[in-house]
Amino acid sequence: MTRIIPVRETILACAILFLIVLVASRFSGFVAPSNLANVFNDTAPLIILALGQMVVILTRCIDLSMAANLALTGMAVAMINVAMPGLPIPAIITIAIMIGAMMGAINGILVWKLSIPPIVVTLGTMTIFRGVIFLISDGKWVNSHEMSPAFTGFPRTVLLGLPVMSWTAVMTIILFGIMMARTPFGRSIFAVGGNPHAAVYAGINVGKTQFWAFVVSGALAGLTGYLWVARYAVAYVDIAGGFELEVVAACVIGGISIAGGIGSVGGAVLGAIFLGVVKNALPVVNISPFWQLAISGSAILIAVAFNARAGRAKGRIILKSAETTQ
Amino acid sequence: MIDATPDTPHDAGQTRHVPDRLNSRAMRIFKSWEALLLAVAIAIFIINSFSSPYFLSAWNLSDATFNFTEKAMIAFAMSLLIISGEIDLSVASIIALASTAMGLAVQYGAGTPELIAIGLIVGLLCGAFNGFFVTVLGLPSIVVTIGTMSLFRGISYIILGDEAFRGYPASFSWFGQGYIYWVFTVEMLLFVIIALIYGVLLHKTNFGRTVYAIGNNPTGALFSGIRVARVKFILFLLTGLMSGVAAICLTSRLGSTRPSIATGMELEVVTMVVLGGVNILGGSGTIPGVVIAAFVMGLVTFGLGLLNVPGIVMSIFIGLLLIGVIALPRLWTMVVARHKT
Repeated sequence: MTRIIPVRETILACAILFLIVLVASRFSGFVAPSNLANVFNDTAPLIILALGQMVVILTRCIDLSMAANLALTGMAVAMINVAMPGLPIPAIITIAIMIGAMMGAINGILVWKLSIPPIVVTLGTMTIFRGVIFLISDGKWVNSHEMSPAFTGFPRTVLLGLPVMSWTAVMTIILFGIMMARTPFGRSIFAVGGNPHAAVYAGINVGKTQFWAFVVSGALAGLTGYLWVARYAVAYVDIAGGFELEVVAACVIGGISIAGGIGSVGGAVLGAIFLGVVKNALPVVNISPFWQLAISGSAILIAVAFNARAGRAKGRIILKSAETTQ
Repeated sequence: MIDATPDTPHDAGQTRHVPDRLNSRAMRIFKSWEALLLAVAIAIFIINSFSSPYFLSAWNLSDATFNFTEKAMIAFAMSLLIISGEIDLSVASIIALASTAMGLAVQYGAGTPELIAIGLIVGLLCGAFNGFFVTVLGLPSIVVTIGTMSLFRGISYIILGDEAFRGYPASFSWFGQGYIYWVFTVEMLLFVIIALIYGVLLHKTNFGRTVYAIGNNPTGALFSGIRVARVKFILFLLTGLMSGVAAICLTSRLGSTRPSIATGMELEVVTMVVLGGVNILGGSGTIPGVVIAAFVMGLVTFGLGLLNVPGIVMSIFIGLLLIGVIALPRLWTMVVARHKT
């Protein structure tokens, strides 16, 4: 039964539903399909990034440079757009993904070839990327009137009732669902995170898998960088500041084990949606947005405590007390 | 913690602590991380003194210490925590919460002694909160402290909104703005005292040995009779307490409290600790290393500041320094290994 209905995702989905119902009881407009579509659209960047972060965390790494990568790519494509307004959108998107993937590859190389701990690497590249944005932009903003209408319009173009932004998230979810469950790469990611030693004996190159995980997360950060800048029609140094931890939080709420190897696409998506619903529901129920940080912080703590309880019984009894202290 | 290198988690950082008869004591010191860092610090100092005529002024150099004293106070406690295999990302938010609590107390007419007590107590309580989740519930500290990082700062935002607390008593400003002797600041004195305390605690006491033991092998430490959970709880308390001290200094120096105070400082503190040669995966590291790393970071920011390099560009150098200092020894060993085969 748990194979068909995964427990963790079901509980999280119920929590989200409960939250929506709670908000709807005070403000019925919140559950109107158009509003829910808006909430999903607002959450789309978080969903896309959370999927990338999930892949990295599953391989026992962490990518703290995601938001900086997003900001740098966003600034780069915005400046490309200003310099060459005629460049078609598919080219812009390709460039964005390439830039993002390249920055992911830098992280990946440092982790793979020099075996520097990922948290150190991405802490370093996070600050470096932010600095580079300042260097290339000279600290200036790229404003909406400088960008071409096609550039800013693309994520907002409505297809079949949903903006392209949302469709990108949907496509990413489907793609990742297939990738994680049906491809050798997806399986090797779980294998590397679950038991690196066993993965080596199974013929999986641990470092290489981590490298590609970083490339994937970088590419997604790049893609989101374009969507973000185009949607909000502004690019500056501090864009998406501190967003990297929100992405990690979405993964954690979605039940992805920070120790690697445990997690699912559904979990990451639901975790992101949970945070998105919280963020969107606060103003509706007349709670000041200043509560948002505290609420999402509490949500993380509750979710982690809950997940840890769920996964507790697995260890051997003799090592039980040892495991809890780790 | 996040395990980076599955096959050998403690390779490069570990070997230098293993006694080797072929290496004399002098050679080991020469090859040590601290020596490398010290060389970097001296190089930066020399470059700085040539690049700006304003650098070698006692008052300027004294001013430069503010670039690292507050962060370093936390970094010492954080070093112990990271050596034990945990991490606390909520330190900057603890500063915000402690500072908010002090600001709130000022509105009710609290004096300097009360403010200090409040700062320290809030720090301790936050540390205890983190410690409870990590040691009692057995959750990974990186996740817990990402949660409390939002939570603590969130509470500051709830209390303050977009306002700021001002009106700190005049005597309170002594901590962040006072001088002990000539250009020697109160914060610098605190930095020295705290460095000595943590140096002795880590390197000369049984407690320090247990911290290393836990970081190297928590299960082994547990079975050799070390109360792992209790030690970790104490380390979280210490980190919280030091954040409280830093909050007092920072608030006193700025003379006001905003909820966005000390934003991003947690990552600078971790950078300082890692730059100081502490293995992020736990098990090794020294306090002298962190002291030198604090000076390096302070010198870099100050030197670049004198050259009118904006803060965000300085972060490039800090980031490069962080990766470079860790990558270079590894690259070197790789090159050496390739030549041997």
